[in-house]
Amino acid sequence: MQRIGVFVCWCGNNIAATVDVERVSEILSHEYGVVYSTNYQFMCSENGQQLIKTAIKEHNLTGIVVCSCSPRMHEATFRKTAEAAGLNPYMVEIANIREHCSWIHKDREEATAKAVILGRTAIAKLLLNTPLTAGEVGVTKRALVIGGGIAGIQTALDIAEAGYEVDIVEQRATIGGRMAQLDKTFPTLDCSACILTPKMVDCAQSEKIDILAYSEVEEVKGFVGNFTVKIRRKARYVDETKCTGCGACMNACPSKKGLNEFNMNLNTRPAIYIPFAQAIPNVAVIDPEQCLKLKTGKCGLCQRKCEVGAIDYTMQDTFIERNYGAIVVATGFRISDLKYFNEYGYADNKDVITSLELERLMNAAGPTGGTLLRPSDKKHPKVITFIQCVGSRDISGCGKPYCSKICCMYTAKHAMLIREKYPDTEVHVFYIDIRTPGKNYDEFYRRAVEQYGVDYIKGMVGKVYANGDKLMVQGSDLLNNEQITIESDLVVLAAAIEPEPSVRRIATMLSASIDTNNFLTEAHAKLRPVESPTAGVYLSGMCQGPKDIPETVSQASACAAKVIGLLAKDKLKSNPCVSHSDEMMCNGCGTCANVCPYGAITYIDKEFRLGGGKTETRRVASVNEAVCQGCGACTVACPSGAMDLKGFANKQIMAEVESICKR
Amino acid sequence: MKLSYYPGCTLRTQAKDLDKWGRLSLEKLGVQLEEIENWQCCGAVYPQATDEIAKKLSAIRALDAAKKNGGKLVTLCSACFNVLKRVNADMKEGGDVAKRANNYLVATGYLSGGDEYKGETEVIHYLEVLRDYVGWDKLKAAVVNPLKDMKLGAYYGCLLLRPNSVMRFDNPENPQILEDFIRAIGATPVSYALRNECCGNYVALKTPDAVKAQVDKIERNAEQAGATALVTACPSCRYNLKVNGNGRLEGVYITELLATALGIKE
Repeated sequence: MQRIGVFVCWCGNNIAATVDVERVSEILSHEYGVVYSTNYQFMCSENGQQLIKTAIKEHNLTGIVVCSCSPRMHEATFRKTAEAAGLNPYMVEIANIREHCSWIHKDREEATAKAVILGRTAIAKLLLNTPLTAGEVGVTKRALVIGGGIAGIQTALDIAEAGYEVDIVEQRATIGGRMAQLDKTFPTLDCSACILTPKMVDCAQSEKIDILAYSEVEEVKGFVGNFTVKIRRKARYVDETKCTGCGACMNACPSKKGLNEFNMNLNTRPAIYIPFAQAIPNVAVIDPEQCLKLKTGKCGLCQRKCEVGAIDYTMQDTFIERNYGAIVVATGFRISDLKYFNEYGYADNKDVITSLELERLMNAAGPTGGTLLRPSDKKHPKVITFIQCVGSRDISGCGKPYCSKICCMYTAKHAMLIREKYPDTEVHVFYIDIRTPGKNYDEFYRRAVEQYGVDYIKGMVGKVYANGDKLMVQGSDLLNNEQITIESDLVVLAAAIEPEPSVRRIATMLSASIDTNNFLTEAHAKLRPVESPTAGVYLSGMCQGPKDIPETVSQASACAAKVIGLLAKDKLKSNPCVSHSDEMMCNGCGTCANVCPYGAITYIDKEFRLGGGKTETRRVASVNEAVCQGCGACTVACPSGAMDLKGFANKQIMAEVESICKR
Repeated sequence: MKLSYYPGCTLRTQAKDLDKWGRLSLEKLGVQLEEIENWQCCGAVYPQATDEIAKKLSAIRALDAAKKNGGKLVTLCSACFNVLKRVNADMKEGGDVAKRANNYLVATGYLSGGDEYKGETEVIHYLEVLRDYVGWDKLKAAVVNPLKDMKLGAYYGCLLLRPNSVMRFDNPENPQILEDFIRAIGATPVSYALRNECCGNYVALKTPDAVKAQVDKIERNAEQAGATALVTACPSCRYNLKVNGNGRLEGVYITELLATALGIKE
């Protein structure tokens, strides 16, 4: 016979304003098995927990139900409380009367009635709970970082610094990411490459870091501390171990029409190429779409030129499998597609460009060697108009509802750099609001306006169209209340940023949740910002939300700290809520192993005594408890009802359902 | 096939060509436009003043008549299309305006209680009839006099496209339906950026200079792209192209060109 205690939390006004907590605890006190019931303002507080501990001891409770917030929030807290009072932590049930009740209902009567039902349901389940003991599993002391931009680089460096091994998997041929494409960085205007490339070199030189460039994560198995990841090493057609990065192949290549992705397709590159001068690894790669040898079988010039014999046209994708304790997602961002924003004429006019294209046009290693020339006629633009919030803060459905966060600052940077380098250039900026929160950020923007005389116009642009070799930018000046048209030579769009599209596939593999904008979701928006709700998966950089370089680097290091915290443990407590098979009922059909996402189920031949001295050997399911994550897929799939989940047994679930249905 | 038709007042007075050739052309293509009875002027843009139901009543009556006669209502004039579609959306949404309008119509005996108008009618533009009921391919096949040598700029203006959340007519920033129409009648569409700009009609009387400047800008943009004439479905646009234009670019109605291509009009 169980002796159950019920503890109803007010959560200040969060619950008490909508739910009559007094009545809930009164009604629940009459439930079968309940010997004690009370309510308190903050059950999770020190005093609240003490109240629970005292009640457990005084009333000799065998289990407790806490009617409070989501178990995600405080289940662990109350389990610890119970444990401290000598109870098995799995004799604790949480009835979520906040997120599932008080927060979503307005009517006090209805909410109170529902809170009672939720409390009863938890009691019904608890009556069938049995004490469980957590086991232990080991931790693989190696981390995987997916994405080799500044976020991934910083996280990897910090983890390596702590003495753990890290692999960086980067889908492009070199690490460096978006930051490598930038010219200068705000608010200090230091050269992006100059501060990034030493970090790239550090990665390459670190004994702890293995860079797997031109590779993609193909499959993820396992769980926190024990992931097994299959990685596709895409065929470079160049042997990474032999190539010296001399570049002779690039000069020899007769195919020069491939668009240069690093320069935002503003110029072309050979079919065999090194993405940029400081690429890491500094190894060539062949673009199979452009290579004559791979397409037609005729050519082979680069192979003949290569003195170290690194080029191999027969190379195929290969796969490697590695074990990791933690996985960091650092997949970054891209500029969103402007196809729904025809009013800016991006597709129709060569001289309407994105800000990232402008970065390349101003960069000494870019297509114009750092001289700002407009793409159409290679002339120096005299009037440049910037348009901010292109596709950001857009609720029409064409763009993104969020603020891309970095555009105000980089536009101020561009405007300032242009006025500095070409004082004869007139620069206009259309903006909705200027957002410059950050150390030295507003001062930076003010310098653009006050010192460099950039013309900021509050208002949006309705249309950009060509008039001869000029671009007419038609917009509204809200402060002067007039419609204006600016005859410009170059128009620069601060296009919204969006998560790198491959993140969707990766999030699915990791069972990491993602929001409606494809940004990865944090375990807690404020208190656990670098962890995914999926244990062992961490978030670094833009994949979690828009952020600039300083913020990205801070988050990357925070993420590394969390990973190090995990890798420093020798053992992790495993979840005791795992599956097990009732061998008397199991007929070895194989259904459960088919649905198990973790490969935790195998089959064994077992001898059973039938009585009368006879025996029978049958095939039955056997669950590896260290691998099982307790998802419950097998219990639903099992046709004979032999599979059951500890802590969430079929009969417990049915008791809950029954309790909800009975009135 | 028969479809209910709302000509609108301008098509009876200033824009008789738009109406006449529209009916004859569709007839040749196998679609009968059946004029609804007792229609009144839609009121141009004025019904969109949010606090006034009286000005929407004429549109509601027309929509209700179409509801009782096939459930579809075709119109040609851009302004009528805009008004009918927006009033219809208001009625469908069922907010305050819809309630008050229905109350009035029931109280005055125009509608009986329980038979309120709730936005059931589908408002269709003439171009949509050509695209969805006739089909560009069938139209192409019916052309006896393809307008081969004509380089035409599609001039959408504002009323067909905006507000997009209600009109849902075509991509408001990069519409294609008029270009498809121009291709179907054998002419060459000329793409120019200002084809979805407003001609300025609503300020034509108050600030004629602004309208002149606006029309001039649109015409120059179209001319630069190589257009020799502008095709429109809107009487206001054509009026402004004629009165405030540079005189070089002619504004022609879609139905005039259609009738010519189909061999109905000389």
